[in-house]
Amino acid sequence: MATPNMPLWEVFIRSRNGLAHKHVGSLHAADTTLALQAARDIYTRRGEGLSIWVVPSNAITASDPSEKGMMFEPAESKIYRHPTFYDVPDEVGHM
Amino acid sequence: MYTQALNTSDGDNSHIEDAARSANFQARIDADERIEPNDWMPAAYRKTLTRQISQHAHSEIVGMLPEGNWITRAPSLRRKAALLAKVQDECGHGLYLYAAAETLGTSREELVDLMLAGKAKYSSIFNYPALTWADIGAIGWLVDGAAIMNQIPLCRCSYGPYARAMIRVCKEESFHQRQGFEIMVTLSKGTEEQKAMAQSALDRWWWPVLMMFGPPDKASQHSDTSTKWKIKRFSNDELRQKFVDATVPQAQFLGLTIPDPGMKQNANGNWEYSAIDWEEFNQVLAGNGPCNRDRLAARRKAHDDGAWVREAALAYAEKRKQRQHAQAAE
Repeated sequence: MATPNMPLWEVFIRSRNGLAHKHVGSLHAADTTLALQAARDIYTRRGEGLSIWVVPSNAITASDPSEKGMMFEPAESKIYRHPTFYDVPDEVGHM
Repeated sequence: MYTQALNTSDGDNSHIEDAARSANFQARIDADERIEPNDWMPAAYRKTLTRQISQHAHSEIVGMLPEGNWITRAPSLRRKAALLAKVQDECGHGLYLYAAAETLGTSREELVDLMLAGKAKYSSIFNYPALTWADIGAIGWLVDGAAIMNQIPLCRCSYGPYARAMIRVCKEESFHQRQGFEIMVTLSKGTEEQKAMAQSALDRWWWPVLMMFGPPDKASQHSDTSTKWKIKRFSNDELRQKFVDATVPQAQFLGLTIPDPGMKQNANGNWEYSAIDWEEFNQVLAGNGPCNRDRLAARRKAHDDGAWVREAALAYAEKRKQRQHAQAAE
């Protein structure tokens, strides 16, 4: 008999105070309680985290990699969004 | 994060892979770009990686068996705690790898079922028994040492999820080799009997460990395309030679003799080893090694014994979901 599929979860861990949660991987578990425990065992065996989020994988909507050119084009063409675009006279010093 | 990859069907692509997409894919590989789960990839790339990553995962899981066997008989609490942590790591490594394999579109359950049915391979090394405590030392020192040699180049593999899993695995694996070597140092400095035990473990593990790197380059069937796709960065023989050169001085430090009387150092400083008995390798791969049947039987038993837990967990989750729906409806 084929083994039934367990729901898939994505795991996010915050490593230290002041840092954001970061995606570290995924796991299978029946519910949130088991997912959190499994995340603790699989992804924090060496003190990697102070906080864990688990999110059902099918709750995530991702951008389409084949459309990344179009998706991120607006950021490519606006060099005036970067500080180096602007001239500050040398006499003014660091700004 | 990779659910889209699990949900999309690539059925049509496999038949009519147009040349432009293939060329674009190879250009990305050549430019050292990482391929991610939702990117287009040739069906053969997907198949090769699914096979390789899932075999790697099975190896980590089956690899828990020879060592797990010694946890209750470790000679001290320190050794026991370390071995337990190492075996837990192997389980974690198996799970990182299954997660990476799944991003290619085959579920973990399917992959595990294939292994339990005897249809998927795992590293032949785990079909050898761990007869004495010294074998735990030799496994950590040699088997994990060889695995690290193999895995470090995989951290730069072209498939993103596999490369990321390997970075984590390699970070954790170095403690494994060191704990094994420490056991060997202690035994080698111990009584005559302990030293003999260490030597006997080295004698039994040396050749099977050299076989872990796979068939010689001239006979390997997967290497060419894997190299082109940057899944593989070094050939089997190159990695084997690197391992031998690194290990010989360690054996000398231990005062142990590598069971290869014909071994000699050449002008380049490389240690030349004698011919490997590939017939033994083929036999173990074909299922006729010392422990093949035991290992599969142990995995099947664990899987079957755990079935009620999986069923109960899913049933409980379902019951709670329905109760929440009912409450929400009130």
